[in-house]
Amino acid sequence: MATTLGKSNSGSAFGRSIPRVEARAKVTGKAEYVHNLRLPGMLHGKVFRSTVAHARIKGIDVSAARELPGVHAVYTAADIMKLVPDPHYGPAFHDQPVLAVDKVRHVGEPVALVLAADPHVAEAAAQMIAADYEELPAVFDEVEAMTSKAVVHEVLKPAGTFPDLKHLKGKRDTNIALDFHLRRGDVQKAFATADHVFEHTFRTQQVLHVPLEPFVTVADPTPNQLVIHTASQSPSFVRIEIARLLGWPENRVRVKVPYLGGGFGAKLYIKLEALVAIAALLAGRPVKISLTMEEQFYQITKHAATLRIKSGVSKDGKILARECEVWWNGGAYADIGPRVTQKSGFTAPGPYDIEHVAIDSYALYTNLPAAGALRGFGIPQLVWAYESHTDMIAKALDIDPLAIRRKNILKEGRPQATGTLMRDAGIEQVLERLAQRMQWEKAFDRGSDRLRRGRGIAIGFKASISPTTSVAIVNVSADGSVMVNCSTVDMGQGSDTAMAQVVAEALGVPVESVTLVHPDTDVTPYDMATLGSRSTFHMGHAVRLAAEDARDKLMKLAQEVGLSAETTPIPDIFRKKYGMQAGNIVGVGSFIPSYAPPDAQGQTDNATPFWMIGATGAEVEVDTETGEFKVTRLVNLVDVGRPVNPAIVETQISGATLMQLGFTLSERMDFDAGQVTNASLADYKIPGIRDVPAVMENEAVDMVQQTGPFGAKGVGESGTFGVSPAIASAIDDAVGVRLTSLPLTAEAVYRGLRANAGRPLED
Amino acid sequence: MTTHRTIAFTLNGNPVTVHAGNHQNLVELLQGQGLFGARESCAQGLCGCCTVIVDGQAVSGCLTMATLVDGADVRTIEEPQAGEGGLDAVQQAFIETGAFQCGFCTPGFILMTRQLLDAHPDPTDDEIRHYLAGNLCRCAAYPEIIKAVRLAAKKRGG
Repeated sequence: MATTLGKSNSGSAFGRSIPRVEARAKVTGKAEYVHNLRLPGMLHGKVFRSTVAHARIKGIDVSAARELPGVHAVYTAADIMKLVPDPHYGPAFHDQPVLAVDKVRHVGEPVALVLAADPHVAEAAAQMIAADYEELPAVFDEVEAMTSKAVVHEVLKPAGTFPDLKHLKGKRDTNIALDFHLRRGDVQKAFATADHVFEHTFRTQQVLHVPLEPFVTVADPTPNQLVIHTASQSPSFVRIEIARLLGWPENRVRVKVPYLGGGFGAKLYIKLEALVAIAALLAGRPVKISLTMEEQFYQITKHAATLRIKSGVSKDGKILARECEVWWNGGAYADIGPRVTQKSGFTAPGPYDIEHVAIDSYALYTNLPAAGALRGFGIPQLVWAYESHTDMIAKALDIDPLAIRRKNILKEGRPQATGTLMRDAGIEQVLERLAQRMQWEKAFDRGSDRLRRGRGIAIGFKASISPTTSVAIVNVSADGSVMVNCSTVDMGQGSDTAMAQVVAEALGVPVESVTLVHPDTDVTPYDMATLGSRSTFHMGHAVRLAAEDARDKLMKLAQEVGLSAETTPIPDIFRKKYGMQAGNIVGVGSFIPSYAPPDAQGQTDNATPFWMIGATGAEVEVDTETGEFKVTRLVNLVDVGRPVNPAIVETQISGATLMQLGFTLSERMDFDAGQVTNASLADYKIPGIRDVPAVMENEAVDMVQQTGPFGAKGVGESGTFGVSPAIASAIDDAVGVRLTSLPLTAEAVYRGLRANAGRPLED
Repeated sequence: MTTHRTIAFTLNGNPVTVHAGNHQNLVELLQGQGLFGARESCAQGLCGCCTVIVDGQAVSGCLTMATLVDGADVRTIEEPQAGEGGLDAVQQAFIETGAFQCGFCTPGFILMTRQLLDAHPDPTDDEIRHYLAGNLCRCAAYPEIIKAVRLAAKKRGG
């Protein structure tokens, strides 16, 4: 039956667990990734990287590499600067050089680039390059970086795009890339009168995203345009930033993104694109760089952090005041770290109703590989600290972990630390449903003498990055089929499917008639980026508005030719107007939510367009003789508004949870003088199928985001929030060992057991 | 700096003859044939993204030298299957259970699942976890993959 705009014909597309639109391509190995792309005349690039953490470059000898047969070219910063005199890029600071200029600031920093038609030749040549360094003192620890004499950047160069970074312009001799402060009430006064004051310090380790498709970019210099095919989460930003570097108009740079083999925040802003683009222009041929797994460890990581929390509490467990100090280890280049510092910083006190709050959050430069966004944008680090702190307070006061949370939980309509009132934030619903599913108030099997069992719960929340823009086009063809042009990148989260469902719902057509045009900045409009769980809400609105615009125009067209749009098949409307199968209806939608920037005290009445809520309950079994422990059950609850596609939402919740399980139990980048000593999947352990807990339950609570498209909001990160503190609390519950550093290891538990028994192990 | 030699093998049922470099691995050889479903990721044989079936046995394409498949029967994820729409029961089960997100590791999991079900038509959870322990999925669609294996076993009449 032909498609009409009558909703009754199609049934609801929204809220149904349809398979992913690209499912067939993915199970036959034919899904398109940049990885697959080969262009005629294409050269492969191989990067020569720094072996030292901080040094002046005295010389680079590329002569042997240049002479190797098959090498097309070898470039250093001097070559790059012939085309781009100031080759520094970045979303927050223009601090990262395309190739190292005069100095290297971390091990693994790109220093030179070899191009050859055969990637093996490029690799062999890169190994023939030698650099002479004058080493400088380096700083690796984020707290030391506050006062260290080793300064990573001589002068700060904010990009100018963020108003709260402007005051840092030209600042010298500091490693602080952003300091964010929030003050509400009078913390010191409240501490003075509180029954108890608790203070704890927590640490998180540096980890990384490890998308199984490592970074890959191809640049193709065509006569009229530079075409960049890249595994990027932010095609619009890549175009703008490359155009800025080259001094070109945006329309001479074309950025195309097919499917991504995972992103998780790694493939944001600019990564390989600037280097590949400039190399292709210098060489006059297409250039491809594919990183190896080892190289990924030096590209972008997740912030290690030190978090100090101090709370004033009444004797019955009411939290009266909280002070948070957070130091984020941003590595050698700011990337988006300063946004992590601010955007996550303001939720540092947790989802609790606290009258007096003080937050100081610092983004620090160090001589480690750069840190950026990783699935949660700093929130998992904060939740780790504040939820561990909550349970330590509860234990000290002999209050049940659920009871202390119930007593302090931030309720609908109450002000959060910024002063913004909570709206459509299912914090209580998530907590109560978690308690139910954990059967918290029932007796719990605590195990036997040797194997002790324990359980823990934790809850966190996150604001959306704001304000950001999404623009979309919905194009109805004369046969009634629909194409959606949007720059949201499907990196596995299922956005192609979700957007098709939203458009089908808004147009009232079957979801099967809707296809997605993949990001291509020549034809898909601007989108801020696919990050921070923003796409369902922001792009969801943009495609909804575009679909409604197309629907209105179709209605008008039907009216014009004397037909009923409700009952006439869409092709008949076009045929009546144009006399044949011809023409298009193009709808456009643009969305930016309202927002009010924080004042000097960090206060605003509109901090975010929506809140994400996630909680986890964990049960563990600990071997008291060895310290080994097993997570036997994980229960994950989230508020995602109305799920667009419940099956994909569940996969997102459990996927996020399992990724965070890796960050909780096994993943840690190990360093020796800035060098990663475990830069391979043999030594850096990501979760495998055997690491999935025997029992895992995931649930999206019954909520509606009133301001979301058809009631929906983001889901990609919420599953990460509660995992680490819930497991740490379960271990403490089982054997009385409280760990305050991630990852949680059997060794740390064993050391705790020995210390508790009065027989501590030596370090 | 490199030498090549001519090798002949069967690729997804069709005879092919190619010049293979002595430094090339099987993934590169397949790329030269326009097949990109076997993907090099960790380059150490640890993630399973590059899984290829050589003479009926799953191997890591990144660790298998191209010249070693001379005379062998090589099968990849791209091989059309006898089932509905050119998909076999395993591929259909992966779609129906939503057993992937980004899809980069999916070919490896599907090929390994076929091998598992050939050996154990009705596998236990332990057998599933054991067989698939060498395949990594960073999106962590593992719970759905386990469901997909069970569904595929059912579809195959195990």
